[in-house]
Amino acid sequence: MKASDHVRTELADENADGRAGASDRKNGKTSGLSESSRTEKIRRAILLTILPLLAAILTGGLLILAFGENPFAFYGTIIDRGIVSSSGLQETLIRMAPLLLIAAGLIVAFSAGIWNLGGDGQFLFGASIVGGLAATVSDAMPRGLMLIFMLSMSAAVGAAWTIVPALMKARYGINEIITTLMMSAIGVNLASLSVKVWFLTGEQGLQIPRTRILDVSDRLPTLFGTRVHAGLVIGLVAVIALHLMMRHTTLGLRLNLLGANVKAARHAGLKVSKLIVVTFLLSGAFMGLAGGVEVLGVQGLVRAGFNPALGLVVVPLVFLARMNGWVTIAFVFLLSVLTIGGELATRQAGLPNDFGLLIVALVLIFMTIAEYFEARRVRGERTVWQTMSDRLLSRGRAGV
Amino acid sequence: MFDETLITALLVGAIAASVPLMLAGIGELISERAGVLNVGLEGMMLMGAYGGFWVAIETGSVWLGFIGGAAAGALASLLMVFLCVRWGLDQIVVGIGILLGAEGLTSLLDAVTFADTRPRIGRPARVDIPGLSDIPVAGRAVFGEPYMVYVTLLVVAVAGWVLWKTPWGLAIRATGERPEAVDAAGVNVVAVRSLAVLSAGVLGGLGGAYLSLVSAGNFIPMMTGGRGFMAIVLAMLARGRPLLLAAGALLFGFATAGTTALQLFGVEVRPELVNSLPFAVVLAALVLFGRNEFLPSALALPYVRGER
Amino acid sequence: MDAESTGSVRDSIAPLIEITGITKRFPGVLANDDISLSIEKSEVHCLLGENGAGKSTLISILSGMTRPDAGTILIEGIETEIDSPRQALDLGIGTVYQHATLVPTLTVLENLILGNTKGATLDETEGRRRLDELASILGADVDPNAVAGDLALDEQQVIEIIKALWKGKTALILDEPTAMLAPAGVAELEKMFQRLKADGLAIVFITHMLHEAIEMGDRVTVLRQGRVAGSIGPDELRSEHSERLRDRIVEIMFGSEAPEMGDVAELHVDVLEDHPDQGSLEEATSDAGGRSIGAPILKLDNVSLEASPASHGLHNINLTITEGEILGIAGVGGNGQAELAEVLAGQRRVDSGQIHLLHDGNLQRIDRLGVHARGQMGLRYVSDDRRGEATVGSMSVSINLVLKKIGDAPFWRRHIMQAGEIQRNAESAVENFDIRTPSADTNISKLSGGNIQKVILARETMSNPRIVIHNKPTHGLDVRTMLMVRERIRQMAAEGVSAVVISNHLEELLDLCDRFAVLSKGRVVGIVENGPDAERHIGDLMVGGAVS
Repeated sequence: MKASDHVRTELADENADGRAGASDRKNGKTSGLSESSRTEKIRRAILLTILPLLAAILTGGLLILAFGENPFAFYGTIIDRGIVSSSGLQETLIRMAPLLLIAAGLIVAFSAGIWNLGGDGQFLFGASIVGGLAATVSDAMPRGLMLIFMLSMSAAVGAAWTIVPALMKARYGINEIITTLMMSAIGVNLASLSVKVWFLTGEQGLQIPRTRILDVSDRLPTLFGTRVHAGLVIGLVAVIALHLMMRHTTLGLRLNLLGANVKAARHAGLKVSKLIVVTFLLSGAFMGLAGGVEVLGVQGLVRAGFNPALGLVVVPLVFLARMNGWVTIAFVFLLSVLTIGGELATRQAGLPNDFGLLIVALVLIFMTIAEYFEARRVRGERTVWQTMSDRLLSRGRAGV
Repeated sequence: MFDETLITALLVGAIAASVPLMLAGIGELISERAGVLNVGLEGMMLMGAYGGFWVAIETGSVWLGFIGGAAAGALASLLMVFLCVRWGLDQIVVGIGILLGAEGLTSLLDAVTFADTRPRIGRPARVDIPGLSDIPVAGRAVFGEPYMVYVTLLVVAVAGWVLWKTPWGLAIRATGERPEAVDAAGVNVVAVRSLAVLSAGVLGGLGGAYLSLVSAGNFIPMMTGGRGFMAIVLAMLARGRPLLLAAGALLFGFATAGTTALQLFGVEVRPELVNSLPFAVVLAALVLFGRNEFLPSALALPYVRGER
Repeated sequence: MDAESTGSVRDSIAPLIEITGITKRFPGVLANDDISLSIEKSEVHCLLGENGAGKSTLISILSGMTRPDAGTILIEGIETEIDSPRQALDLGIGTVYQHATLVPTLTVLENLILGNTKGATLDETEGRRRLDELASILGADVDPNAVAGDLALDEQQVIEIIKALWKGKTALILDEPTAMLAPAGVAELEKMFQRLKADGLAIVFITHMLHEAIEMGDRVTVLRQGRVAGSIGPDELRSEHSERLRDRIVEIMFGSEAPEMGDVAELHVDVLEDHPDQGSLEEATSDAGGRSIGAPILKLDNVSLEASPASHGLHNINLTITEGEILGIAGVGGNGQAELAEVLAGQRRVDSGQIHLLHDGNLQRIDRLGVHARGQMGLRYVSDDRRGEATVGSMSVSINLVLKKIGDAPFWRRHIMQAGEIQRNAESAVENFDIRTPSADTNISKLSGGNIQKVILARETMSNPRIVIHNKPTHGLDVRTMLMVRERIRQMAAEGVSAVVISNHLEELLDLCDRFAVLSKGRVVGIVENGPDAERHIGDLMVGGAVS
């Protein structure tokens, strides 16, 4: 490891102090730091976003080859089923609904520097409470009211399941990666238990315990005569509203500030503990809502042991999109295509479904590599990871 | 009520459950002491579980299987070495990548290699320590364990010795606190951290291999079930001391072997509650013991010479 | 151009370390530009220059942390490439950096043998032997089993010197070693230098303080904008009158640019502050004082903060600041300055005691109020950590300017951001404070330290401040910005805006302040009026003596 490979940025800064000042003195001009031109921005976008995606797809293709299958046929099936075929496309759009909400939950958390990795548990509680109560409630009130009520409940329950990690972090600075993961593991178990114990349908002779089935007519309305349900709209609205909120409101700036630099947040007078809890609750609410939407839109019921485990797989997408709502929607679409198309493609190739996980993991890895090279080029600029990671586990009580 | 065979069964179960936690935990302890957090430890264990099983089936030898598992875990940790230690990329993000990647990859490989055959490995040979294993109740449990258990205890002891009595250990302890000081002292920070991360990979892989080769006798996708994260918490709570880690692993082992414990007392409890127990214990442990500054200061922060 | 020293016997022997044509470039900056100088045995060689002159880069090259782009290094006549810190140490070149490089959780002995043992196990006996050997050369008393983090700063520095000399005693390089020391500590360091010189060691130390270079150096090389601007040899240093030396050095340091500085007299006064006798203090103090003492504006009553392993805390602080007054907080760093600043700003709650601020004609209790509320009442805080705490690097200049006003009109209405207002505010700040930035939307991390400081100053002092807390307001800045900051503080005081200036740069405090409170271990150990004897009193208080 040669000394010349490293740059002493502290020295550079010390020199920049004097040097920039010096050239200012001499020329009376503004310092020679250049602005990002349009072409610069496009170049960066391609390098940091599209290239990792392509690299992951390529590597995936090589792996498929290694397993003795034809990668072109494989990806062809994915596109065919996921986008081209009408029924497949509908499935893709249906698939997007919960993923969008999960993405919203992750965006709000990650922007504030909070690693909410407990999405699965929060999702399942949202799903279970809706699955358990919707059919009964719909007997008592009109569909519209029931839907609003149940969706609110699912959000509330999802939020509630974040309180423990939220307080542990806000009060004691305990790292939330571990706590949210633990709560998720417990949540998956308890949600299943709740179906078996509290939300069990009265019907007899079932192989797998489940809740009452919600009539199709009581579920979320479908759009334009297709099978796609209103959950998609809810998801789109959530992501876009969040995107705008983060950029234009006081709360958004406060969350971004918290995520960028805790010390600065405290210096600026933010109530950090309160913000941490608010972030967790918001994030959990989105996760719970995702579960509720999935049940009210698609499943109509919840079986014991139900766990689509979507919480972690959306994480790389949100990073790749750099917390941008519009780009996130695009990537969620791609993931859904991969999932729906992949179901068919992997079945045809005799491979297990978890192949999609692999592609997503590769995307993450390639993305970090691309960021590294870009940061090397524009030295001194802190990457998205560094700002998030700066807050984690460092000197003493993190976050407080 | 205190039926001897049942207590023995409980002890055996607890010890068996604690081994993978102890192995992965010690590896993570070394890594964290050097300042690297392996969120992907779970993935390394999974790779070890699959890799170890595959080698054992192919070669017919469980010992070679363990070596294979260690190698598989080390392979996964190489990603951390290159991306995080050498290049300074974010440890959390790469860790999640390793986790997802390992889950996907092992599931894929399992489907391809074992889906049709579904092989199994029989119960492992147990080693009886003459004399000691004749002690009533606890004797057979504690002193009649498979080889790997004794190896694990040896690993814990060696880890302690290395950390406090060797120059490498000193460098590891220093690197997690203040890598700038280590660099200024002329010691290669990258080499120290690489070694520490590889230890976590090797030991995590070994722990995972134990799951497939000894505990279960076969490979099931995602079979690590959160043990990697438990190991991370153990490493954090042990405050960098191997003996504390071993004790903690045993405690968690008891929690995981909880079904047996409750059956012992004739209590019928829902499996979901029992399965939640280890995770709840982790949370409780964090609240009780995890509040103070016990983590190395430079944990999870990449070191680039000259950068603050 | 090198000013060659007059011939001496020593010149005929080859220098210990000869540096020729060293050049080092960083993105956007030429840090070292064709530097040549020589380092002799048994000599203290000072590298003098203002912040940003390239001193740190040069020694990082000598210590093996950085490789030069061009140039050669000859050690005892042999051309050598110093590839890594390990190699530098093997060559006997030891460096004591400005930021501590001891591992706080390890013991003194462990810190010393880190990287210095061979073999499978740690050899503590050999370590102890070497420690005793070096400690006796330095005349220091060292406990090998003490935990490094528990030691005081000057004790830590002794350990760092021992560590630097562990592998060999060719040269010892120190980067601003006196920055955190009290006057007594500086005297101790000087004694150590004498003993090391007697042992044949070459000592190189960096400073930006003129009087240190003249007092402690046998040879002085002045760096300016990455180049060697001039040097003064041992004979000249010994023979010349110190006032002439000072003038000479000032000319070398600022040369033809001095007129460009605007007020040469002011510059002269500032630079001369570095050398306090010779009556310059009178000139300085004639600037300070002469301000009318107004009504009390900020009052601390028995303010206390609990001590912790990391800090002394605060004990029964009683202070009153009046309108238009500039109060200096003097003291060695780490004695409660940061805590006092945070408690005043509202970032930390007091554990006992009260703070009152003049508002609407009365003194109102503010110790329960947070940063935002205090800011609205006119109490502002310019933090010392400009990149880490006071600004957010990933955000734009314009956002950073309104960071403490989130939610306030006119920048936000009903929680929605008003981009136009924020832009207008930024343009106004850029103009009034001469902030050099490509645009108001540029990420603030791209600005130089001086311009970041201006942004912070703008933020805290625009919109009706009443009292501003300044924590190390000029550290790390180039002279031009330094002067601007000090001038602003004076100007505002003349307009009735009080200031509390925390600094470990005593000369700066003496120049600016009306009064001083000296902090030691979290207590105010004395309050001193500015005057001819002020420096001596402050020095006494800093090391624990009583005010005479």
